[in-house]
Amino acid sequence: MTTLPSTLHTPRDPASLGRAKSTAVRVLRERVIVGSLAIAACFSILVTGTIIVVLARETWGFFQFPDVSLGEFFGGTEWNPLLGAEKHFGIWPLVGGTLLITAIAASFALPIGVVTAVYLSEYASPRVRATLKPALEVLAGVPTVVYGFFALTIITPLLQKTNDGFGNYNAMSAGIATGIMILPIVCSLSEDSLRAVPRSLRDGALALGGTKFDVSVKVVVPAALSGIVAAFLLAITRAIGETMIVALAAGGIAQITADPRAEVQTMTAYMVQIFLGDAPADGVEYKSSYAVAAMLFVMTFALTMLGQFVLRRFREEYD
Amino acid sequence: MATDRSTASRLLTNRAFLTVCLFTTSLAMLVLAGLLISIFWQGFGTLSWKFITNFASRKPAEAGILAPLLGSVWVCAICGLVALPLGVGTAIFLEEFAKRSRFTRIVQTNIMNLAGVPSIVYGILGLTAFARLFGAFGNNTEDALVFGDEESLLFFRLPFGSSVLAGGLTLMLVILPVVIISTQEALRAVPSSLRAGAFALGATRWQTVWGITLPAAIPGIMTGAILSMSRAIGESAPILVLGGLLLVFNTPKNLMSDFAILPLQIYNWAGRPQEAFHALAASAIIVQLVVLLLFNGLAVLIRQRLQKPLQ
Amino acid sequence: MPTESTTPENSSATAASTAQHGHHVVIPLAQPASAPTSEPTGRAITVREFSSWYGSFQALKSLDLTIPAQQVTAFIGPSGCGKSTFLRWINRMNDTIPSARAEGTLELHGQDLLAKSVDVVDLRRRVGMVFQKPNPFPKSIYDNVAFGPRLHRVYTRGELDELVEQSLRSASIWNEVKDRLHASALSLSGGQQQRLCIARAIAVGPEVLLMDEPCSALDPKSSLAIEELIEKLADRYTIVIVTHNMQQGARVSDQTAFFFEGRLIEAGSTETIFTTPKNKQTEDYVTGRFG
Repeated sequence: MTTLPSTLHTPRDPASLGRAKSTAVRVLRERVIVGSLAIAACFSILVTGTIIVVLARETWGFFQFPDVSLGEFFGGTEWNPLLGAEKHFGIWPLVGGTLLITAIAASFALPIGVVTAVYLSEYASPRVRATLKPALEVLAGVPTVVYGFFALTIITPLLQKTNDGFGNYNAMSAGIATGIMILPIVCSLSEDSLRAVPRSLRDGALALGGTKFDVSVKVVVPAALSGIVAAFLLAITRAIGETMIVALAAGGIAQITADPRAEVQTMTAYMVQIFLGDAPADGVEYKSSYAVAAMLFVMTFALTMLGQFVLRRFREEYD
Repeated sequence: MATDRSTASRLLTNRAFLTVCLFTTSLAMLVLAGLLISIFWQGFGTLSWKFITNFASRKPAEAGILAPLLGSVWVCAICGLVALPLGVGTAIFLEEFAKRSRFTRIVQTNIMNLAGVPSIVYGILGLTAFARLFGAFGNNTEDALVFGDEESLLFFRLPFGSSVLAGGLTLMLVILPVVIISTQEALRAVPSSLRAGAFALGATRWQTVWGITLPAAIPGIMTGAILSMSRAIGESAPILVLGGLLLVFNTPKNLMSDFAILPLQIYNWAGRPQEAFHALAASAIIVQLVVLLLFNGLAVLIRQRLQKPLQ
Repeated sequence: MPTESTTPENSSATAASTAQHGHHVVIPLAQPASAPTSEPTGRAITVREFSSWYGSFQALKSLDLTIPAQQVTAFIGPSGCGKSTFLRWINRMNDTIPSARAEGTLELHGQDLLAKSVDVVDLRRRVGMVFQKPNPFPKSIYDNVAFGPRLHRVYTRGELDELVEQSLRSASIWNEVKDRLHASALSLSGGQQQRLCIARAIAVGPEVLLMDEPCSALDPKSSLAIEELIEKLADRYTIVIVTHNMQQGARVSDQTAFFFEGRLIEAGSTETIFTTPKNKQTEDYVTGRFG
């Protein structure tokens, strides 16, 4: 701690102290900085643009192969690019596998996530919250390959004990693991939007004689609905794009099925198969992975846009 | 005439709901506990100092994770060094400089969309843009242009190939939107009265950002940055697309070195049928989780450290 | 009036503009009773036919006003009357609001403040501002005061120390903080924070100090300290204060301007405005009949 010497008897004019800085330097520095920051901001546009151009160009290349037709790609129900004499490129088995896994994951992560969020936001004591919230954050930070390992070594053997139909690779195990992965996203984002509901709304409902259940489920949840739906959409986007869990636990047979015990291949798992394999870089199999990636990009892009639309359109503004 | 809903039944509903809440919450916690316990159970036996200092091996007893561990460190360092300035710069531009215009709205929407793009798609972008430099050097994936000695720290070549540089830049693409969004939130949390105070003293926009807004937002920015880094360190799909499962028996020497990363080593071991390799995967997961906890601990520490002088 | 004879261009301008605009109000440059030692140097701020808009909403309608130098001028009026908007034009803080625009003449010592060529950074150095709620930076007390000077000039350590002490003394807070200059400014009480903000504003050596309801967030005792400080500062600075509190306006100001619905209704010496206003609306407002 320094105390200034209090020897000032005749204060000097502040303007006489120090040396003026150059205005030209200031103006120039400001321009250079704004310019660099604007360039940084444009980089994100460049990234999106490049993704679209790369995927479009390679997908175009894929459709130039004689084995491939646009009609079969979007209408075909057989995906068989590697084995057999005749190659088939119908996207639906991969989309179906992806959707099956996503549906399994969503069917238990969404309800559990929201109920846990309601509990944390409306019922839990601050002490319980202070313990559970970080635990959820740990769960959110766990690398997905860890969930894949968990699916393979714990979930699948447990499933096999309950039903003989489960193979070593199956949609159920990968779906459950994906569900565990998206659970913290659902829970954390839903809880944020529940807590954003103003206290006055709760007090108002309580003052009308509502129980805590009435208040949470009939007042707070509807008020936070847009945020909860956006959390759902984000979680589903993550599940669709999840790669390591399905690559480890779901298997490698591209087929359309609703049987959770069956082995399925997702779009991402197919891409892993191609990039890990030794398919020649100019061959049709290799190029097909770009077409699958383009499909994946379009699906997740649409879901993200929908999520943003929901947030913007249905957000309740409290001030 | 309306019938009264009995208070007893409403209280019962309330009770029942609370029970459901407690059940699902404990289920979620049980899953977390089960995950951790099962991994420790499987992996603790094979965890040793040798495991950390050895290279990969066909024999489970001699296998270690030195190369992927250091590979992860290199890749994440590069990723952070590029993603942080770029992400924080973008966020500052959007929050502090740009006027609300069509352009900024497009940039903002675009960033939200980038955050939703699956990481494996970024792998494809990294492969095309960094590993092959868009095919500017023909079909060569590396060594088209070489600068310096391959053993030296300054070795550089074009295109980058499956090098730590390409890997770090690819992961940078993955976490960039996360860094931008968390920095924006941190900047938005700074009260606008502070900015007004600085402007009223004759500060330029940049002087206000540098002198007032950024220091006030630093704890939030650091927290977001570290959480994005912990995402980067666990990300494996983009690296897999970039270079496949590289078997590496060297630690990186320079930006152009081949590399392995820890999560892909885990994937490799987990995907093998032999139980012994599963145990190794579990041990590697323990190391990975410890690194993750260290990151999170660091975030908490930095937050406290930076906030202290003002309390 | 003695001051008008010392500034001939002022009186001629006044005469000319009075002839042109019927509603023109001139604040006579009376010697303030509260600061007998001050030497008024004429008018600081000249406003002619000044209007401003937020988008299509006209917030200020053709103001004509002269604000004398080294006196305290109070803007009073009900909320939403445009007094704060006008204040924020004097240091061009409204530039941060994209939809805000202004027309007419606004001059500081003869310099057009609305011209495109005005360096707003330099303008804000010359025209300091104190806000409604104390807004010290989350830095040490010392750094709060030193922040502004460091933006514009390069100081040696000793010079900066001197400047900080001088500014804190001028803001009557030196004795309270001299032993903890490196403690956080947020550890101060609300009233102390506001005086620190005043010290921060005068550290850059402004000519004019704008105060936007500086006491509205403070308790009565702290308000009194700020009021005393304002009287003391009027010796050196031209002070424009926006206030909701009419008693406060009456206590601290030499001149008073009454705003209503974006118009300047009446201006003059504080004594005149509060005792013998010419306008009915002014009278209703100062006697508490509305607002």
